[in-house]
Amino acid sequence: MTLVLAFSAAVLCGCGTWLMLDRHLSRVVVGVGLLGHGVNVVLMMAGVGGSRPAFVGGETTDFSDPLPQAMALTAIVITFGVIAFLLALAYRSWSVTGDDQVEDDIEDRRVASAPPVELDAQSADDLGGSLEGEP
Amino acid sequence: MGERSLIFDTTVRLVFDAAVVLSLFMLFAGHNQPGGGFVGGLVGAAAMSLRYLAGGLDELRSLLPVRPWTLLSIGLLLAAGTAATSVVTGGPMLEHAAWGAEVVALGHVSVTSALVFDTGVYLVVVGLMTTVLEALGDEVDR
Amino acid sequence: MSVLLAVPIIAPLLGAATSIGLGKSRRAQRLVGMSVLGLVLVDSAFLVWRVDTSGVLVAHAGRWRAPVGIAFVADRLSAVVLLTSALTLLAVLAFAIGEPGTEDRHVGFHPTYLILTAGVSFALLPGDLFNLFVAFEVMLMASYVLLTMGGRADQVRSGMTYVVVSLVASSLFLLALALIYAATGTVNMADLSEKIADLPPGLGRGLAVLLVVVFGIKAAVFPLFFWLPDSYPTAAAPVTAVFAGLLTKIGVYAILRTQTVVFTGDLRPGGLLLVVAAFTMVVGVLGAVAQTDMRRLLSFHIVSQIGYMIMGIGLFSVAGIAGTILFVVHQIVVKASLFLVAGLIQVRAATDRLDRLGGLAGVESVVAALFALAALSLAGVPPLSGFVGKLALVQAGAEGGAWMVVAVSLAVSLLTLFSMSKIWSAAFWGEPSEPLAPRASRVSDRRWYLMLAATAALVAASLVVSLAAGPLHRYSTRAAADLLDGSDYVGAVLR
Repeated sequence: MTLVLAFSAAVLCGCGTWLMLDRHLSRVVVGVGLLGHGVNVVLMMAGVGGSRPAFVGGETTDFSDPLPQAMALTAIVITFGVIAFLLALAYRSWSVTGDDQVEDDIEDRRVASAPPVELDAQSADDLGGSLEGEP
Repeated sequence: MGERSLIFDTTVRLVFDAAVVLSLFMLFAGHNQPGGGFVGGLVGAAAMSLRYLAGGLDELRSLLPVRPWTLLSIGLLLAAGTAATSVVTGGPMLEHAAWGAEVVALGHVSVTSALVFDTGVYLVVVGLMTTVLEALGDEVDR
Repeated sequence: MSVLLAVPIIAPLLGAATSIGLGKSRRAQRLVGMSVLGLVLVDSAFLVWRVDTSGVLVAHAGRWRAPVGIAFVADRLSAVVLLTSALTLLAVLAFAIGEPGTEDRHVGFHPTYLILTAGVSFALLPGDLFNLFVAFEVMLMASYVLLTMGGRADQVRSGMTYVVVSLVASSLFLLALALIYAATGTVNMADLSEKIADLPPGLGRGLAVLLVVVFGIKAAVFPLFFWLPDSYPTAAAPVTAVFAGLLTKIGVYAILRTQTVVFTGDLRPGGLLLVVAAFTMVVGVLGAVAQTDMRRLLSFHIVSQIGYMIMGIGLFSVAGIAGTILFVVHQIVVKASLFLVAGLIQVRAATDRLDRLGGLAGVESVVAALFALAALSLAGVPPLSGFVGKLALVQAGAEGGAWMVVAVSLAVSLLTLFSMSKIWSAAFWGEPSEPLAPRASRVSDRRWYLMLAATAALVAASLVVSLAAGPLHRYSTRAAADLLDGSDYVGAVLR
C-alpha cells in the first residue's frame, strides 16, 4: 500500500514538474495542481497509525494519525485558492496578449534587442582560434 | 449562453434544494461528525455552480440577496470575531464555549461557539466560490 | 497577556472583513486601515517591552496545549521584527493613500493590504512549522493580489513567474514538513529541537538544508533569487516598497528561526550559508550595477543585502546573529524608504529611467535629502544605521575567523556606494532629457505632502536605529543568546 502511494506521489510530482516547464499557462496551472496533489499524498504517508488518540487518551491503540490528515486538508484548501487565482491570471493574460504563452522577461528582451558587439580583429581571431581548438 | 437544456434544467431543480439541505446538515453535524463549515460550504457552492451552469450568471445572482463579497465580509467577521471574543474575555485565542438547553419537541440541544466560527467559514467558502464564478464566468459568457 | 499575541493577527483580519463591507466609501476604508495598523504598532511596542522584561510569551490556541495544539510564541527576535514591520506597514499605507493611482482605483487594496499585515504577523508568531506554512500562504496570497493589482500585461507576466515560483517553494516546504513529521512525529518547533537531535545526523542535516532551500527561495538568496528583480518593479510603488522591506526579510527570519531553534549543534549548515551569503552579496550588487531603471536597480540591492543577513546566520555565534537581527531591522526600514523615494520620483517625473531623469536636487531638495540619507545608510556610511549593522556583522565575522566573507562584504559595500552614487548623479544632478512639468500638474499638494511625510517618517526611523544603536545592539545580543541557547523558548512552549 505504501509502495503504491509512494509511486503515485512520484508520478504526480513528476508530471506536475514536467507540465510546469511548458510555455503554455494552461499547462502550468494543471502542473501546479498535480504537484500539489503529489505533495499531499506524501503528507498522508507521513502519519504513523496505530497509536493512542490524542488529548483524550484511553486504551484503544488502532487510531490512525489525525494530524497529517488535518494538514493535508489545509494544504488542499490553500492549493484550491491559489489555483483559482492562477486561472484568473492566466485568463487575464489571454485577454491582454491574445495567447496563453509565457513571455520572455525584460532582461531576455533587452539582450535580444541589444546591438551586436563589434569585435576588433585581434579578439575575433582569439575567439575563432579557441573555437577551432575545440573538438 | 446557448439554448437551455430541458433535462439539465429539471435535474438541477430537483437536486438543488436537496444539496442545499445537505450542505446545511454538514455545517451543523460538523462538530462531532464528518462535516463542518468548509465541506458544507463546498457542497453549497457546488449547488450554486449547478444553477450557474443551468441558467448563467443572472440566475446565480437571483439566488443571493447580496453581492458575493458581502458574504466574504460577513463570514470573515464571524470567524475572526469568534477568535477575538475569547481573547476579550481573557482566555486564549479561539477558546470555545458550549451551551445546552432543553427545547420543546427537539429534546436536548447543545450549541457551541465553534458553530459561529464554522458558519463564518461556510459563508467565506460560498462567497469565494460565487466570486470566482462572477470573475471568471462573467466575461467568458459574453 | 495573550491579548498582545492575538491583536497583530486578529485585528487586521477583522479590519479586512470590515473593509470589504465598506467597499463603497474609500474614506472609511482608509480610517479602518490606518487605525488597525496603528493598533498593531502600539501592541507590538508593548510586546517588545513585555518579552524583554519577563521572557518568552506563549498562547495556546483554544487551550489545546503544545506540542499537539497550536502555540503562538513571541520571543525577543519575533517581537522586534514585528515592531519594525508594523511601523513600515503603517508608513507605506500612508504613502499609498497619498499616491494617486493604485489605492484610489481598486476597492480591494485596503482589504488585501490588511490580510498581508495579518499574514506577516502570523508568520512571525507561530510555534510550529505547519502554521508557519499557513502564515506564508496567507502572506503570499495577499502579495499575489497586490502585485498584479491593475492587470497590465507586464504585471500579469511577472506575476505569473512570481506565483509559480512561490508555489514551487510552498510545495517543497510541504514536502519538507511531511518528511520531518514522518521522521519525528511532530511539527512543533520546540518539540522538534529535542527530537531532531535523536535522528541520525545525516538525516538531520538533510532536513536542515531542505528548509534552507525552501526559505532561501522566499528570501531570494543566490542562486534562488532570479524571480525577485523581475517581479517586484512591476507593482505599484507602495506595494513594491512593502514587498522590498518585508517579504524577503520574513524569509530570512524563517531561516534564522528554524536553523537556530529546530536544528542544534553540528546539524546547522554554517559553511553552506557562508558560501551562499558571499555569492548572494556579489551577484546581487553586480546585477544592480548593470541596471538603468531605478526600481530594478534597487531590487537587485535587496538581493545583495540579503547576503549580509545570511552571513550573520552562517556564523552561528551570538555576535553574528545579533548583527543579523540589527541588520534586518535596519534593512526593513531603509529598503522600504528607498522604494518610497523611488515612488516619489516616479510620481514627480513620471519615469524612473535613470537616463531620462536629472536635476531633481534643485527642484525637489527634500526628496534629494531623503534619498541621500537612505542611500548612504544602505551603503553603510557612518554614523547611519547601515554602518551600525555592518560593523556588528564584520566584527562577528572577524571573531569567527571567516575572513573571506568579511572581505567580500566590505568590497560589496563599496560597490553599493558606487551604484547609489550612480542614481544620485543621474537623477538628482545634471539636466533632465526633457524639462520637468510643474508639480501641480502631476499631483495635488495635499497628496504630495502626505507621501513626503510618510517617507520622511521611515527615514527618521532609520536615524533612530542609528541613534539607539547601543541599546538596540544589547537587545539583539540578548535575542541572539536566547536563540542559540533555546532552552527558554523550549521551556516556555512545552511547560
